[in-house]
Amino acid sequence: MEEKVFEIRWHGRGGQGAKTAALLFGDAALSTGKYIQAFPEYGPERMGAPVQSFNRISSQPIRNHSNIENPDVVVVLDVTLVGQVDVTKGLAPEKGVLIVNTPLEVEEIKEKLGYTGKVCTVDASRISMETIGKDIPNTPMIGALARVIGILGIEELLEDTKKKLEKKFRNRPEIVEGNIKAIKRAYDEVKGV
Amino acid sequence: MKVARTGNEAFAEAMRQINPDVVAAYPITPATEIVQIFSQFVADGLVKTEFVAVESEHSAMSACIGASAAGIRAMTGTSSQGLALMWEMLYIAAGLRLPIVMAVVNRALSSPINIHCDHSDTMGARDSGWIQLFSENVQEAYDNLIQAVRIAEHPDVKLPVMATTDGFILSHCLETLDILSDEDAQDFIGISPERPNLIKSLNEGSPITLGALDLQDYYFEHKRQAAEGMFNAKKVIPEIGKEFGKRFGREYGFFEEYQFVDAEVVILVMGSTAGTAKDIVDEMRKEGKKVGLLKLRVYRPFPAEELAKALKGKKAVGVMDRADGMSAFSGPLYPDICAALYDIDQGRPVIQNYIYGLGGRDIRKEDIRYIFEEIIKTAKTGKKDYTLKYIGVRE
Repeated sequence: MEEKVFEIRWHGRGGQGAKTAALLFGDAALSTGKYIQAFPEYGPERMGAPVQSFNRISSQPIRNHSNIENPDVVVVLDVTLVGQVDVTKGLAPEKGVLIVNTPLEVEEIKEKLGYTGKVCTVDASRISMETIGKDIPNTPMIGALARVIGILGIEELLEDTKKKLEKKFRNRPEIVEGNIKAIKRAYDEVKGV
Repeated sequence: MKVARTGNEAFAEAMRQINPDVVAAYPITPATEIVQIFSQFVADGLVKTEFVAVESEHSAMSACIGASAAGIRAMTGTSSQGLALMWEMLYIAAGLRLPIVMAVVNRALSSPINIHCDHSDTMGARDSGWIQLFSENVQEAYDNLIQAVRIAEHPDVKLPVMATTDGFILSHCLETLDILSDEDAQDFIGISPERPNLIKSLNEGSPITLGALDLQDYYFEHKRQAAEGMFNAKKVIPEIGKEFGKRFGREYGFFEEYQFVDAEVVILVMGSTAGTAKDIVDEMRKEGKKVGLLKLRVYRPFPAEELAKALKGKKAVGVMDRADGMSAFSGPLYPDICAALYDIDQGRPVIQNYIYGLGGRDIRKEDIRYIFEEIIKTAKTGKKDYTLKYIGVRE
């Protein structure tokens, strides 16, 4: 994993924070000493429409500026996309990982998709309802992703994300606290790792 | 310090450190964020800049011209149709020898309407008298904009400079940026050299006319002087690039050679695609293929002699154009390269042209590998079967 560029694709719906998740994750990876890229797919953007965003993470400077077609990991923020959007496109069953925000079990998702590769699930929406008070699955999914790919330390990730959120939500410490808890819980609760 | 910034954020940070006296701008995708972020810096009092929110890009450049003519630093940022709308003012900025610096995000021109990357917008400005610097990544975009101020204001140059990024590919891509401290950046940029004629004339009670009618008697002399500024820029740009390298460890010239010295075939490209091409060069090198890359950073002034010297003895060159010249011949970069290499007596490479990536069409490693394989074939026979191929288009 050290030598190569690690590629991630995020699936969400407009407004769910797929872009923010990629940016936050990239920024957090940078704080652990990695080189990073984070970029959204820009098209017609509407609330609720399927959207994608991407990360590249590497221990070497990243030079590739083409699209990501064969990701190592795919993160699905909204389980209703499963079956609507080809979320496993380009994912190699023998080495790729699919992480889905869902209360369903790993086997149920596999069956639904007819996908033979590794699948992880985490109920990020419930976690975010319980910690942040709203269904904002993108931050908990960062925790699940960190656990699955294992190239970033959770402590560094939490510390960096906390710093960033504190800047953004200066007068609302409960939001910062909730998000940090959400990331930590998803890190612990993700199934199928 | 290593931070994560998008191309637009990096341009905005560079502008904050440059701290220009005037920024006049009008929003356009995908460049909007540059001046949007910068306007926040103005509102937060982080810069001393007078921010002029104008009603069009034509007015943005006009306001920059007015400000720069008063002897102060003026900057703006734009893209695509915005740059096209500035077109007549671009020539006026250069003709008046005003060192305006502009951040440009490369985006396709309409029609059909498209917000994604190609180089057709800046190609339309290539003969305007503006210096053009292209960037491979967010780091280079930032470094180029910092250096642009020094290049533009150099007393031997006094020409406007545009530094560019590839729309969305760089403008909206978060990358690792090694940002200079404000002190280092500002120390490198320095104080604007005095431009005595302008400052005295506009501000000290003896007004003069700028841009007056200039017919058969002097127009030619003035254009010749502007052209001399461009010739001088060829000396100044590498000097400043070297100084930047000495201070901050990243040296810049007219172009970067990658796996070049023993390369038999070479791809020549500008912008973000150069990074992707480096990856494929490494892959093909491992397969024992003598492939190399020449990434052109400075398109205007055009480093013809330097390119001829570098490319002499190569067997084949594939010139990648992210714009169509609409000439029934080639893209805009190709004829320039051919002209630069024409005078090579012995060892002139065979040159072919590949138009790619219009309107943001993805350029993949496989596409670049295909081009290498094509020019390897050409190198074997020493003759080309064709001049131009379109890469990645359905037809």
